[in-house]
Amino acid sequence: MRIVLAEDLFLLREGLVRLLTAHGFEIAAAVDNGPELLDALVEHRPDVALVDVRLPPTFTDEGLRAAIEARRRIPGLPVLVLSQYVEQLYARELLADGTGGVGYLLKDRVFDSGRFVDAVRRVAAGGSAMDPEVVAKLLRGNARDEPLTRLTPREYEVLGLVAEGRSNAAIAGRLGVSEKVVTKHTSSVFTKLGLAPSDDDNRRVLAVLAYLNS
Amino acid sequence: MKRVASPALWQPPLRGLVLAAQKVPQAALFALMVFSTASLGLGAGVLLLPVVVAAVRKLANRSRRLAHDWSGVTIAQPYRELPEPGPGLAGRWGHCLRLLQDPATLRDTLWTIVDPVIGTVLALLPAALLVYGLEGLVLPFLWDTLVSAGYHDHYAGLIDVSGERGVRTWLMPLFGLGFIWLGLRTGPLLLIAHACFTRKLLGPRIGDELTARVGHLTRTRGAVVDSQAAELRRIERDLHDGAQARLVAMGMNLDAVGQLLDTNPEAARALLLETRESSSKALGELRDLVRGIHPPVLSDRGLGDAVRALALDSPLPVDVAVDLPGRPDAPVESAAYFAVSELLTNAAKHARADRVWIDIRHEREALRISVGDDGCGGATVAAGTGLGGIESRIAAFDGVLSVNSPQGGPTMTTMEIPCALFSPKTSSF
Repeated sequence: MRIVLAEDLFLLREGLVRLLTAHGFEIAAAVDNGPELLDALVEHRPDVALVDVRLPPTFTDEGLRAAIEARRRIPGLPVLVLSQYVEQLYARELLADGTGGVGYLLKDRVFDSGRFVDAVRRVAAGGSAMDPEVVAKLLRGNARDEPLTRLTPREYEVLGLVAEGRSNAAIAGRLGVSEKVVTKHTSSVFTKLGLAPSDDDNRRVLAVLAYLNS
Repeated sequence: MKRVASPALWQPPLRGLVLAAQKVPQAALFALMVFSTASLGLGAGVLLLPVVVAAVRKLANRSRRLAHDWSGVTIAQPYRELPEPGPGLAGRWGHCLRLLQDPATLRDTLWTIVDPVIGTVLALLPAALLVYGLEGLVLPFLWDTLVSAGYHDHYAGLIDVSGERGVRTWLMPLFGLGFIWLGLRTGPLLLIAHACFTRKLLGPRIGDELTARVGHLTRTRGAVVDSQAAELRRIERDLHDGAQARLVAMGMNLDAVGQLLDTNPEAARALLLETRESSSKALGELRDLVRGIHPPVLSDRGLGDAVRALALDSPLPVDVAVDLPGRPDAPVESAAYFAVSELLTNAAKHARADRVWIDIRHEREALRISVGDDGCGGATVAAGTGLGGIESRIAAFDGVLSVNSPQGGPTMTTMEIPCALFSPKTSSF
């Protein structure tokens, strides 16, 4: 699997390269600024791009803008955005085209390389990876939403994990229950929120995120 | 000069009369001022002077207000802010001296005597012209009665009012109409002239304005330095108790891991996991700290998107409307951001609102931000719900805060910070 990586801090960039190559990824290019990132994405057409939000030359949200622009030029290009902080506003912008293949994670998530690599693969496969902090904020922002208050605590937990982009199998592993139980919970959540049931993991995440973002 | 709605024709002469009527107490106050100042040495003046000065200022402020309301001439109050008078006779004496040292006191006194002389002419002229015009209209009909009673006059300095009626008699109403026309016509102009004359006498001198400005700057600078020092102390404490402490613990853990690695790999693994957890927490704390100093989205996108991000994070539904063609200076942007953030918190916490709306625009060289909510109201700047802090923070930029929050709501808070906008930093995309 080929990756284009954009991170301006040398130590972090080298660390990510080492981590990803150790897990069998191939680094097509590792750049340290916005314009080069866009060029590299268009040239290499990687299976997934790993992008830091804040990049030179402006040191603002250069990386995020480059990622969104790249997805405009190459529709469906999987992008995983990494950042020192997460903003719902940016998550919305990434999700706006509704096609999936998007991730938005705090840089700390790299500490757990197993889960991080899992997220990279998920995004590359057209899935989603939303940081638990984004999801928590989304759920908090919808605290007064009536259908959400009808969820049981367990269903609420499952909803959060679905929004993060996890598959039923992953959720089952996380909660220590069988996949069948998780399926029961998710279909109950979808009914309560009035969403069309979907077996497809990717479409399911997008539906939930769209619901929470509305 | 501000444009005011043009009043009815008869209004300016009437207003002139109102102004002229004020000259009587004005002249009386002049006499009282002289008397109380002269009797300062006798002791009675010490009690009298503050009262007389207050009365003069009250009357002067009335004149300033009328000049603004009737002619659109704004006259700022030039008075110094004085400390409360100390106790006892010495305190009162000191207060009197400070009152007399305020150059505005001398100028007010000058006004109480000069204005009744010159101002009265300006104020009365339109009404006098009307009355004289009316005389010209009425006199021809009373001609015989008056002349036979021995009345003798030269109307308008031309028409000899004596003897038999003649052509000249019937010229009088024409002149009369002319005077009435002149009285109505000059009414508004003389009213403005009166206001300008008042401003000349009662307005602050350039020196006074600078003194007031320096006073304001000194006060706001003090407040800014204080709040910045407090902010730095908070950051220092947060770093010391938070991230710094965690890093120390992590270092110790890693050292322990090194020792346990051969003897007890299981324990070493557990310690490593704990250390990883610790580093995540340290990062989280640093993130919150950075957000409190300067939120990244504010530097990335500017005030509009930063407030939208705040709105998304708020537990309340928040409508945000932003109309900013550029970005204000970073310090203004930051002050405005934290003010909005505080107001949003207030709406959720104290006002128990269901909805909040925010409007941000740049009009007449100022950043205008309105934040409204449908909560329980009752917020005041003094109540210390953070509004006082906002006021002093934006005062450093000559910004003003106004709060309209009746008991029972709704609350409407408006901020105005004078500033220019700069074209946004352009990203390469």
